[in-house]
Amino acid sequence: MASTLSDSLSKLFGVIEAVGGFVAIVLIIFFVAGRATGRLQRPLTVLVCLGPALVLLLIGLVVPAIRTMYLSFLNSDSKKVIGFRNFWWVFTDPNNRGVLIRTGEWLIIAPLFATGFGLLVAVLVDRMKHQSIPKSLIFLPTAISFVGASIIWKFIYTTRASGQQQIGLLSAVVIKLGWSHPPNWLLSIPLNTFLLMVIMIWIQTGFAMVVLAAALKGIPDEILEAARMDGAGGFKLFRSVQIPMIRGTLIVVITTIMIATLKVFDIVRTVTGGNFNTQVLSNKMYSETFVNFETGRGSALAVVLFLAVMPLVAYNVLQMKRERATR
Amino acid sequence: MTTTTPPIATAPVPLTGAEAARVSDVKKVRRAFSSPIASLLVVILTVLWTVPTFGLLVTSLRTKADANSNGWWTFLAHPHVTLANYNSILFSNSFGGGGGLFPYMVNSLAICIPATLIPIAIASMAAYVLAWVRFKGSDFIFFVIFALQVVPLQMSLVPLLQLYSGGAHIGSFTILPKLHIAGTYTAIWLSHTMFSLPLAVFLLHNFMSQLPSSVIEAARVDGAGPMRIFRSVVLPLATPAIASFGIFQFIWVWNDLLVALTFGGGSPKVQPLTARLSQLTGSLGSKWELLTAGGFISIVIPMIVFFALQRYFVRGLLAGSVKG
Repeated sequence: MASTLSDSLSKLFGVIEAVGGFVAIVLIIFFVAGRATGRLQRPLTVLVCLGPALVLLLIGLVVPAIRTMYLSFLNSDSKKVIGFRNFWWVFTDPNNRGVLIRTGEWLIIAPLFATGFGLLVAVLVDRMKHQSIPKSLIFLPTAISFVGASIIWKFIYTTRASGQQQIGLLSAVVIKLGWSHPPNWLLSIPLNTFLLMVIMIWIQTGFAMVVLAAALKGIPDEILEAARMDGAGGFKLFRSVQIPMIRGTLIVVITTIMIATLKVFDIVRTVTGGNFNTQVLSNKMYSETFVNFETGRGSALAVVLFLAVMPLVAYNVLQMKRERATR
Repeated sequence: MTTTTPPIATAPVPLTGAEAARVSDVKKVRRAFSSPIASLLVVILTVLWTVPTFGLLVTSLRTKADANSNGWWTFLAHPHVTLANYNSILFSNSFGGGGGLFPYMVNSLAICIPATLIPIAIASMAAYVLAWVRFKGSDFIFFVIFALQVVPLQMSLVPLLQLYSGGAHIGSFTILPKLHIAGTYTAIWLSHTMFSLPLAVFLLHNFMSQLPSSVIEAARVDGAGPMRIFRSVVLPLATPAIASFGIFQFIWVWNDLLVALTFGGGSPKVQPLTARLSQLTGSLGSKWELLTAGGFISIVIPMIVFFALQRYFVRGLLAGSVKG
């Protein structure tokens, strides 16, 4: 106990030292650069302020990304060039086919449901008096880590041998509903993949709701009023006025959740470890690289992930820029 | 999106009679579509979304015997609260040699604080130069940084780890020597900093470039150099954007598993809560009273930040949602 405490203190002290050192360096550089006068001033400012960011980006993202592409053409110990064989393996290995199909299922189902629920709540709440309580509670899971959420849901999915009292909520509920011998949820293929998707949907719905609620608020009241004068009722108003007016935001929300879904790693790793036919691309990449030490194959999987994510992120980022430009 | 707009405080303007009538009319329009069924649906969804976390909290407060003999929902009939689970999951040494969660919580903090502060410092300097100390090619550099958002961090894991543990070489020529930082806090801080920069520079640049140029001109006329302007004019004005990014980055790092797992090398000296919990989920298997307590510990800090600073968090989240 005492050793834990002194250990923690020394760790935190080390952190304070490191941050202090960093701040000191920044201040010294600032002081020196601030001293400079005349023509040196601007170039020195540019160098001092922009330099660190550029160096870090070069070392941390640009060079590694190129190197990963290069590694994906090499064998497992990166000694020999083997052409496209790693990519051939990614797309033809019978195990991988399951992984790719499953990732595709995730990519379609999780974003659609999360956005659907988010939209439903946003629309319903938009017409209610006490908005903030349901909104906060549904939004809360967004702040929870994937690991925390995985523990929460793994507990819901726990199954006990039939006859024993169930402590998992899901089993208890289905028994109440009349299914007397529920299966062991996380071992039932292919149901388990969908149960994992539920976790993602649970987390992302709040995000979708908040963004879509803001978009719905942005629809001018005059338009809603006019629609009502024309006799549009609840659902009709939703379908033919509200949805078309927030279409752009709706697409951004879906693509954003798609990006998160493609990279989903923590959920699969924590709940099933990728066993029982639940493996997905991102976790496969990690296991291949850091568990099996197949650097070539792992890199090829990373490149596939990059190529899959790229159009989605590019679309979103450009959309963001365009919205800024028109604002 | 409205992500980087500073919060504009609008003073409540007294309404004239006609205006008030119109406002209430408009409110009626929105209300006209509400119905008891809609409200009921919202209540059901809210309950569905809250019950999982509630079950976690309740289970973490039950005794071992209770938690293992019946469901947490029966707790409400026979409430019997204990904090013993928290005590043992935090401080006990009986979990496969790894010890309790307390040291890992310290690790999480030790990772999060620098991994939030360092990117803020580096990104705000870069964003300032790109927005206000423009030079030939500064637009191009901004575009490249902006475009780097498409590179998922998975692309960097292997090469960065090789760099940390072996240095960088072309043939036999050494560009960078061995850094000897694999499996240390430094490796994790550095990695988080690198991965956060495209988003951070983009966000802060957007905000800073919209500051009124008259303010910066005035400072320049008063004889302030570019460094001075940054420190005493731009930085204070950019606080809301920095806060949004800072909160987003803090929660992102706190919740991260992949970066810590890769660059921490699985060492208990640096592993954060998420990594340890992910491990325990396998090894503690059915000790739900402990696992739920651990889970609750890991989500309590983001939850506090969330409730206290929800508005800033939303803004950061909207802008940062493509990160990862």
